[in-house]
Amino acid sequence: MNEAEVFWINGPVLKAQPVGSMQMKEAVFVGEQRLAGEVIRLDANSVTVQVFEDTTGLKPGSLVQASGLPLAAELGPGMLGCMFDGIQRPLTGIAQIAGDFFDTGVNVAPLDREHRWEFQPSLKPGAVVNEGQTLGLVPESADMSHRVLIPPGVNGKLEWITDAGDYAIEDTLARVRTREELVDVAMLRRWPIRKTRPCARRLSLQAPLLTGQRAIDTFFPIAKGGAASLPGGFGTGKTVLLQTVAKWSDADVIVYIGCGERGNEMADVLDEFPRLEDPRSGRMLMERTVLIANTSNMPVAAREASIYTGMTIAEYFRDQGFHVALFADSISRWAEALREISGRLEELPAEEGYPAYLPTRLAEFFERSGRVQTLNGTEASLTVVGTVSPPGGDFSEPVTAHTRRYVKSFLALDRARAQARFYPAIHPLQSYSGYLEQTERWWQQRGALQWGAFTKRMLELLEEQARLEKMVKIVGRDALPPSQRLVLVCADIVVQSLLRQSAFSEADRFCSAEKQTEMLKVIELFLQQADRAVQSGVDPDTLTGLPITRRIQRMGEDIGNDNLEALALLMHDIHDVFSELAPSFPEAGDDAA
Amino acid sequence: MISVEHNLLHTGLTSVQGPLVFVRNVQDVGLYDRVEVIAPDDSVRAGRVVSIAAQNAVVEIFQGTDGLSLSETRLRFLAEPVQLAVGPGMLGRVYDGVGQPMDGGPPIAAERKLRVDGSAINPVRRDVPREFIETGVSSVDAMNVLVRGQKLPIFSGSGLSHDRLASNIARFAKLRGAKQQDFAIVFAAIGVTFDTAEHFRREMDEFGALQRIALFLNLASDPSAERLLTPRVALTAAEYLAFEEGRHVLVILTDITNYCEALREVSSSHGEIPSRKGYPGYMYSDLATLYERAGRIRGREGSITQVPILTMPNDDITHPVADLSGYITEGQIVLDRDLDRRGVFPPVALLPSLSRLMSKGSGKGMTDEDHPALASQLYSSYAQAQHLKVLSSVVGEEGLSKSDRALLQFGERMENDFLNQGDVRRTLEDTFEIGWRLLAALPNEVLVRLSDQQIEQHLASFRHGG
Ligand SMILES: Nc1ncnc2c1ncn2[C@@H]1O[C@H](COP(=O)(O)OP(=O)(O)OP(=O)(O)O)[C@@H](O)[C@H]1O
Ligand SMILES: [Mg+2]
Repeated sequence: MNEAEVFWINGPVLKAQPVGSMQMKEAVFVGEQRLAGEVIRLDANSVTVQVFEDTTGLKPGSLVQASGLPLAAELGPGMLGCMFDGIQRPLTGIAQIAGDFFDTGVNVAPLDREHRWEFQPSLKPGAVVNEGQTLGLVPESADMSHRVLIPPGVNGKLEWITDAGDYAIEDTLARVRTREELVDVAMLRRWPIRKTRPCARRLSLQAPLLTGQRAIDTFFPIAKGGAASLPGGFGTGKTVLLQTVAKWSDADVIVYIGCGERGNEMADVLDEFPRLEDPRSGRMLMERTVLIANTSNMPVAAREASIYTGMTIAEYFRDQGFHVALFADSISRWAEALREISGRLEELPAEEGYPAYLPTRLAEFFERSGRVQTLNGTEASLTVVGTVSPPGGDFSEPVTAHTRRYVKSFLALDRARAQARFYPAIHPLQSYSGYLEQTERWWQQRGALQWGAFTKRMLELLEEQARLEKMVKIVGRDALPPSQRLVLVCADIVVQSLLRQSAFSEADRFCSAEKQTEMLKVIELFLQQADRAVQSGVDPDTLTGLPITRRIQRMGEDIGNDNLEALALLMHDIHDVFSELAPSFPEAGDDAA
Repeated sequence: MISVEHNLLHTGLTSVQGPLVFVRNVQDVGLYDRVEVIAPDDSVRAGRVVSIAAQNAVVEIFQGTDGLSLSETRLRFLAEPVQLAVGPGMLGRVYDGVGQPMDGGPPIAAERKLRVDGSAINPVRRDVPREFIETGVSSVDAMNVLVRGQKLPIFSGSGLSHDRLASNIARFAKLRGAKQQDFAIVFAAIGVTFDTAEHFRREMDEFGALQRIALFLNLASDPSAERLLTPRVALTAAEYLAFEEGRHVLVILTDITNYCEALREVSSSHGEIPSRKGYPGYMYSDLATLYERAGRIRGREGSITQVPILTMPNDDITHPVADLSGYITEGQIVLDRDLDRRGVFPPVALLPSLSRLMSKGSGKGMTDEDHPALASQLYSSYAQAQHLKVLSSVVGEEGLSKSDRALLQFGERMENDFLNQGDVRRTLEDTFEIGWRLLAALPNEVLVRLSDQQIEQHLASFRHGG
């Protein structure tokens, strides 16, 4: 095995003089404690290594041992429901050895070698097999069958396959005769974390990822296979929104990465997810979730690796034909880790001290999202959503600006809204989604024919509101004509009823597609009726004080997903109230008469 | 080459820059190893190895490098990290900025030594903080709930009353359900004046709590590089008190801004590429290694609750010290100069203040079922009132509707009746009552955050009866 001798140490980065050759991105072990590391630079007489653990006490002269393999993730059954660190060490396993606090040099394999999984073969010996084909199933939980696939690059004839039964992940399940060799296939796989996993082809995006959040689904949708960023200053609600979406979105598998954020937030996920059910499938949320936690006080190099570890796991599930969603909180902390390592290497910085390759790395990361046809021909998707934490809340800084180039949904969180405890604090005029067209088609197929027109109209109303509010500041509200005051009244109702949605309200934390459709109808009806009432002489400001208005503004939290009749009733009552308010004007149906 | 062994005195300084000493021909030293520096006058200072290149090491000297010379300074490299001796009897004592007792009392009966850098708590071993602490301060208890194991800083400005607020919280805090002797306070003065530290000590003395306090003092006149150590030794003591002795420890760190300035100073001596305003790019991670030491651990009795204080230069909340802190801590209590000028105490700026653990520590079974709705409505109406205040200053009050005028008045009463409480402790019930009473004066149409039932239950009595 190749080795190198350490001669330079600066925080998490070291340089060593190699004996024999080492490769870029190769996994290495450092010193007697065998700290995990990775080669990040090669020079004539030195290799540079980033160390994923605390380097306190490390000395020059220590040996760096090459592993001969690139830094890789272990893939196989047993990841769902687990929490790993940035280089995929299982945190429960580490706690069993090191206790409540981290210690260095604790090496625990990511996946359990002992556990025996039920394997159900799907192929017979003699079959011609191709890469990506399903070899068999491993039921991981009640409704989730892990698919064991023929590894990428393996095509040939199935010489032998084992019988149904219980196997450990390293047991050989099948042998494939390829043109060159005989390949043993087990459940356990390794894949270099920085390398995109292959698919047959990339497909255009079609359906939205339903998040249960009105501000997203109705206003700024994220497509399945799309990429979104969620920038916002501290405390504006990025983490809560990301976690809420991780809980309620209609993906099959969730990978949630706490990248350089708080320990308590990860403890919170661990505490909550096992107690929550997926509203669609009824299975526990934890059973579809893989957690990666590399909190702010954990080693920065492992933080840098964490998003790739998560991405590789997400792609692995995508390849099995699942719709996967990856959530990373926060992309900025990853970028800072990159900057810190780069600074220790004394690389020439570009903007704000970030290395010049920051945009390239961001592009590579977000490009791993997509809707694909997998190697075995099934359709699958990987959606990527990352939060961004701009210093001082300034969106022009490099990480926010560059991320924006590679995502199509941009959900800007606004400090003023957050301060008024208006959640989610998504700013409707600064946010946008490039997936509106695709999702409109999806909603129309589901009968919501007016969806696109509705949402467009709402956004126009909000734009008009912003413009008028500026005028109010100069001339006062009274100076506006009734039609403009009506805009203000209506916009406020849209904001209060559709955009406001508490993550902590049991009835409202998740809003089904059906409920969203109905709520839109309620609003549309109100806007229509209010418009007519004002035209027939009703003062728009009297509408604010109506009990029905209050009911509309609170319909999200007062009416649950299972009580849609109440929304129908509300519409009925809106009709009644307005026919009393402005009795003279004709009902919609009477026009023709 | 001079061969050097551990514990042997080493010379060979090649340069001294700021708090850093560059040494050549060292062997077998580890990163972050502790170093004793013997100055020409034989005084001993503490330091640590911060980087190594072949046989050259850079040593950071916590007590500064004044009076060191290249030829007559000797170094002793110790093969261990910087540690703090911990043991029973740590409370009721005063320590210097590196953790040595300085009250003339006996040394600590050391049970063992702990690394001052600590180790990160494994997230799977963390317990979610959710136990409500009644601080007796309305703006905290109703609006920004503090829970055991939280890190909730005070963002202040120079000359504002953060010390008074912190000492009120320390005196008033009632840890519900905990035996009184379980609680302890660790106070770390980081580059503040003797007066500030002494004032806190006296207040605690009058309160009869001196035996439950450990004070760590790095005063304004003490060396700045030592400030990097002071919060770490204080937190190490806190960890011992919390997780080994099972106490509920409140840690007050003041002033984090001084800490950050020391960090910047050391970073610039290293010649590092600075990030915003000259602060090092790793300041977020560095601060996280302090703040993340708050928390609860499963199966262990105690807890560490942090109330760090920082003064925002120019009252600027986007300044890196406040900004990066806000990104790490679990909320912030922001003080406001205008309220202070108007004599409101505590002058808490409600809108930018936040407790992220509020949803954990408030509500049914913890405070009151309707607490979250109350707080949400107070925030929303207060935000509206602030907005209207600006508006009415332009278009005049006549241009406002009746409900707008009610909101304006509500805003004033929020400041005068709710926020302003002087040094009097308020029970949670009293705080709630004031809140509901103020809301009762508003028309239902603006109370969108309250359900009909909440309006009926809490506001009716104020509206009708009186
Ligand atoms: N959708 C929501 N519903 C209810 N409350 C929310 C919502 N979003 C945010 N909050 C409140 O705001 C607080 C701050 O939110 P969060 O922790 O998500 O901010 P953040 O943007 O992630 O901040 P940071 O960048 O510092 O991590 C939460 O603790 C919660 O009290
Ligand atoms: Mg967050």
